[in-house]
Amino acid sequence: MAKKQYAFYPGCSSQKGASASNYITSFGVMCEKLDIQLNEIPDWNCCGASIGYGEGGELPRMVLNARNLAIAEKDLPGQDIVSGCPACWLGLREAVDRLHEHDRLKTETNEALKEVNLTYKGGSKARHMTEVLIEDIGYAGIKAPVVKPLDGLKVAGYVGCQANRPYGIAGESFENPLYLDKMIEAVGAEAVPYEQKAACCGGALAFSEPEKAQAQIRQIVEAAYDNAADLIVTPCPLCQANVEIYQAEINKKHGTKLNMPVLYYSQLITVAYGGSVKEAGLNGQVIRAAKLDKIAGG
Amino acid sequence: MSDLNTQAVARYKNNFLREVEERVEEGNMVKMCMQCGVCAGSCPFGPHWQHSPQKIFMMIRAGKREEVLSSDSMWMCTSCYNCIVRCPRKLPITHIMHGLANYAHRLNLAAKGQPTRDVARLFWNNLMKTGRINELTFSLGLYFKDGFIQGIKNSLAMQAAGLGLLKAKRLNPMEIFGGHKCKEKSGIHRMIAKAREIEDRRRGLA
Ligand code: SF4
Ligand code: SF4
Repeated sequence: MAKKQYAFYPGCSSQKGASASNYITSFGVMCEKLDIQLNEIPDWNCCGASIGYGEGGELPRMVLNARNLAIAEKDLPGQDIVSGCPACWLGLREAVDRLHEHDRLKTETNEALKEVNLTYKGGSKARHMTEVLIEDIGYAGIKAPVVKPLDGLKVAGYVGCQANRPYGIAGESFENPLYLDKMIEAVGAEAVPYEQKAACCGGALAFSEPEKAQAQIRQIVEAAYDNAADLIVTPCPLCQANVEIYQAEINKKHGTKLNMPVLYYSQLITVAYGGSVKEAGLNGQVIRAAKLDKIAGG
Repeated sequence: MSDLNTQAVARYKNNFLREVEERVEEGNMVKMCMQCGVCAGSCPFGPHWQHSPQKIFMMIRAGKREEVLSSDSMWMCTSCYNCIVRCPRKLPITHIMHGLANYAHRLNLAAKGQPTRDVARLFWNNLMKTGRINELTFSLGLYFKDGFIQGIKNSLAMQAAGLGLLKAKRLNPMEIFGGHKCKEKSGIHRMIAKAREIEDRRRGLA
């Protein structure tokens, strides 16, 4: 079968040795089994993330994203641009939309892009990896390569903010998105009810307002415990890092005993496809997911 | 007060709504707000906001310029996009909050030492260095933003998290020597400088 080709935008946190490097590791087996080929956009730059607004105005942020889009259009023509990070996806998609709607913004963007000898024409689509899985592969397609159904594994599907709003997955509700639960069930695990599934982890404000963000994180983790989940799964590197890393900090401050593993959907899928602990990036967890480690044979 | 601020006051007199419409990202949508209050109940850090988005929009129309631009509310926005999907008038609230924060920052009316303002600036400067974020120098910069002694305290406080990431190979100590970068770094610098120049000219901030 011919592989499906996509222009891939990894984003800063998914680089080697960065906070979401285990996320990108787990794409390997998953994409191979699903005949997906990700072609990295050459010399891509940072998308500016959400927090970029403080110093960078609208146009500098548009231009950062337009450079990546223009390189993809030139070097990987006809391919949809895919990112695993909701913030990167949002930045790219917002740029595609605004540059399409506002002629002035597009003219100004192209004036700035002259400095790097690029022109942004438009027409390509920016998508999140989960969109590719759901829309191009489908739930049945996700299920097909499963060799080790994750029977008995209870998972809290934490969608978070930017993988859900303002764009989200077509046809899903913003208040109660179901796509992550369906992906969890496609690989044989049980999606537990989870009232915090669309709550905010504090995002980049985990750095600047740690107390307020950690109050959010505590609720997100405790709700997973309340519903007897073995682990939390998310499509977002910032949610993953915030919710996993700060549990130790919360325990220290409040005497709680939080120790809930937080993984990516792609790690679940990889294990269900027969991937090893290493292939699923499970050795990259700060809080190890004992049950999943065992299924993966580690 | 900055010169840019004095010029803005002289130019817009008491018409703050017009100033916002012309100079703040998506500011032209502020007048569409019908004060229903849905957004006010949507912010994750809501209880800590001095003024909810609803109040901010009302204050803009009432010409409360100083109060709006020195409010720390916009800096409490986590970019959760709850408001955007709920607002019955389809205001791009998140972007207006970002735009107001950016404008207050550029006029230097935003509170000095506002933590999110500092983090945002550090983040941008970090990404501008090589074209990509270096998570190690970014976090070190964060810990040390309030001086050396405070930096040591902050690093020690966050040791558990940092060591966990190091052990899991998700924080690379070698990044201190530069790490990942874009080949076209200087081109990116020129491109962003150009974008800022164009936008500043249009916004009257040149
Ligand atoms: S939800 Fe929209 S219309 Fe209602 S107060 Fe907020 S901004 Fe105004
Ligand atoms: S995006 Fe910002 S303004 Fe909107 S609900 Fe979230 S925190 Fe509030």
